[in-house]
Amino acid sequence: MIRFEDIGLRYGTGPEVLRGINFTLTPGSFHFLTGASGAGKSSLMRLMYVGLRPTRGCITLFDRDVATLKRDDLPALRRQIGVVFQNFRLLDHLSALDNVALPLRMAGIAESEIREHVAELLGWVGLGDHLDARPPTLSGGQQQRIAIARSVIARPRLLLADEPTGNVDDSIGMRLLYLFEELYKLGTTVVIATHNEGLISRFGHPRLHLDQGTLAVVPAGTRMAVGPITPPALPAALAGPIPPPVLPAALAGIVGPVLRSPPGSNPNGES
Amino acid sequence: MFGQRLDLPLAEDATGRFLVWIIAVMIYLAILALAGAMVLAGLAGRWEHGLTGRLTVQIAPMTEEQVPPQAQRVELVLALLRATPGIQKAEPVTAATARGLLEPWLGSALPDDLPLPALVDVVTLPGGRLEVPALAERLARAVPGARLDNHAAWLADLRMLARTAQLVALVLLLLVGGAAVAAVVFAVRTGLALHSPVVELLHIMGATDSYVARQFQTHILSLAMRGGTIGLTLALVTVFFLHRATGEASAGLLPEMALSALEWLALLLVPAVAAGLAVLTARLTVLRALAAMP
Repeated sequence: MIRFEDIGLRYGTGPEVLRGINFTLTPGSFHFLTGASGAGKSSLMRLMYVGLRPTRGCITLFDRDVATLKRDDLPALRRQIGVVFQNFRLLDHLSALDNVALPLRMAGIAESEIREHVAELLGWVGLGDHLDARPPTLSGGQQQRIAIARSVIARPRLLLADEPTGNVDDSIGMRLLYLFEELYKLGTTVVIATHNEGLISRFGHPRLHLDQGTLAVVPAGTRMAVGPITPPALPAALAGPIPPPVLPAALAGIVGPVLRSPPGSNPNGES
Repeated sequence: MFGQRLDLPLAEDATGRFLVWIIAVMIYLAILALAGAMVLAGLAGRWEHGLTGRLTVQIAPMTEEQVPPQAQRVELVLALLRATPGIQKAEPVTAATARGLLEPWLGSALPDDLPLPALVDVVTLPGGRLEVPALAERLARAVPGARLDNHAAWLADLRMLARTAQLVALVLLLLVGGAAVAAVVFAVRTGLALHSPVVELLHIMGATDSYVARQFQTHILSLAMRGGTIGLTLALVTVFFLHRATGEASAGLLPEMALSALEWLALLLVPAVAAGLAVLTARLTVLRALAAMP
C-alpha cells in the first residue's frame, strides 16, 4: 500500500510545487501519471522513490510511515522500488550487463546468479547481443531498454517510469509496456509518467493527473478535457521577415561587388 | 580487491594520479623519520648500556713536591676502591690505551712527556648500593688529584639528545600523517563532487552508505598501495646507501646505522599502516558526506 496524505512540497523558500496531494495505490495497481510540463510530475516521482522528503504531509510506503523510518532502513525500502528515469541515468563506464546488474549487486546476490538472470532479461528486451556494450555506443532506444531492464531486474514492488517509451519505436514501446503490464499482473504496483494519450487509452488504466501542483485521480476510460489550443503570438523580435545581413562599412565596398557579381564577370568592372 | 569493477568511475579521475605521488612522498618521509628515530634510540641505548654500571677515576698529573707520584696515587685509589663494598672490579687503564683514546683527536704522534691523567676503570656490582657521591668525596680527600666521574652529565645529555630526536621524528610522522589524511580527504571530496550524479543514483537505487563508501575505499586502497610501494622502495634504497655510507666512514666518528629485524619489519609495515589510515579516512569522509542525503 502506498499512500500520500495532504502532501505539500516546496524547494527552499519558493512556492509550493505540490499542494494537498492525496492518493492511495493498492498493491498490484497500474496508474499513468499525466500533466503538462512543470506540473510537478518529476517532483511527485522523487517523493515516491524517497529521493526527496515532503515539506508537509505523510507518505506511507509499503505500509510504513516514511517519516518515522530510521535512515538505515531506507536503502532496503528503496531497493523495493524500480525507477526508469527520463534521461536513463546509466553508468557510461559500465557494460549493459553491469548496469542492469547494479540492483542485484546492491542486494548482495551472488555473482554466479547475476550474469544468468541479467543476460536473460537483456535478451528479452532485444539486447542479447549487446551484453558487453557500453551505453555511449548504443542508440537512445537501446539505452532506454537497458534502463528499463535495470529497473525491473530485482522484481520491485513499486515501479516508477518517467516517459519510458519516449525514445523507442512503437513496436518496442508496446513490447516494453507489455513487460510493465506483466509485472503489474504479478503484483508490482506500476506508475508510468507519460504524455502518450495513445498508450493511455490502449491500456485503459486510471491516471493520476497533475495540474499546477494539485492532483486528481482520474478513473480508467475517462478522457481528459483538453481546451482549444491557440497558437501564441510571437514576440516582436521574432515577428516579420528575416532581414538581410548588414555588412560592416569596412567590408561593404570590397565584398559587396564580389557577392553581387555574376560568375565569370570582373568584379571591378575592368576589361 | 584490486581490479574490481567499481560502480563509480573513480579510476578515470585526475586526482588519483597526484594522490599516488603524494602518498609515495609521505611514505618516504615517514620511513626515513622512523628509521632515524630507531637508529638514534638504538645508539643512545648502546651508549647508555656501555656506561651504566661503570665509573672512571681520573688521577690528574701534579707537579707539587708534597704530592706523591702519579703511580703511587693510582695504587692508593685502587686500594681504596677494592676495599669499598659494591665495587666488582677496579683496573687501571694502561697508558697505551689512554693514548689510543686520544688518537682520533690528537693524532698518533703524541709526545712522551705529555702530562695525561691516569685513569682507573671501575665496574660496580649489579644492583649494588654504592654511594657514588660519598665515594667521590672519600677519593678526593684521600688521594690528591683524584676525581670520580660517574658519566651522569654525559648520560643526561645523551638521554636528552635521544628524546629530542625521537620527539622530532614523532612530530614529523604526525605532520606527514596529517598531510596524507588531508590529501585523501581532498581526493575523496573531489571524487564525491565529480560523481555526485552517480552517487545520488546509487543512493536512490538503494545502495547503503557502506556500499558507496566501499567504492571509495577500494579506489583509495589501490592508490595507497601503489604510492606506498614507490615510497617504500625509495626509502629502502636511501636507508641502504646511508647504512653503507656510515659503515665506510673513517675514524668511527659517525654512528653505525644498525636496525634490528623487528625494526626493519616496522619500516616495512609503514605502507600498510598508511593504507589502513587512508582507507579509514576515505570511509569516514564518504559516510559524513552521505549523511546529508535524504
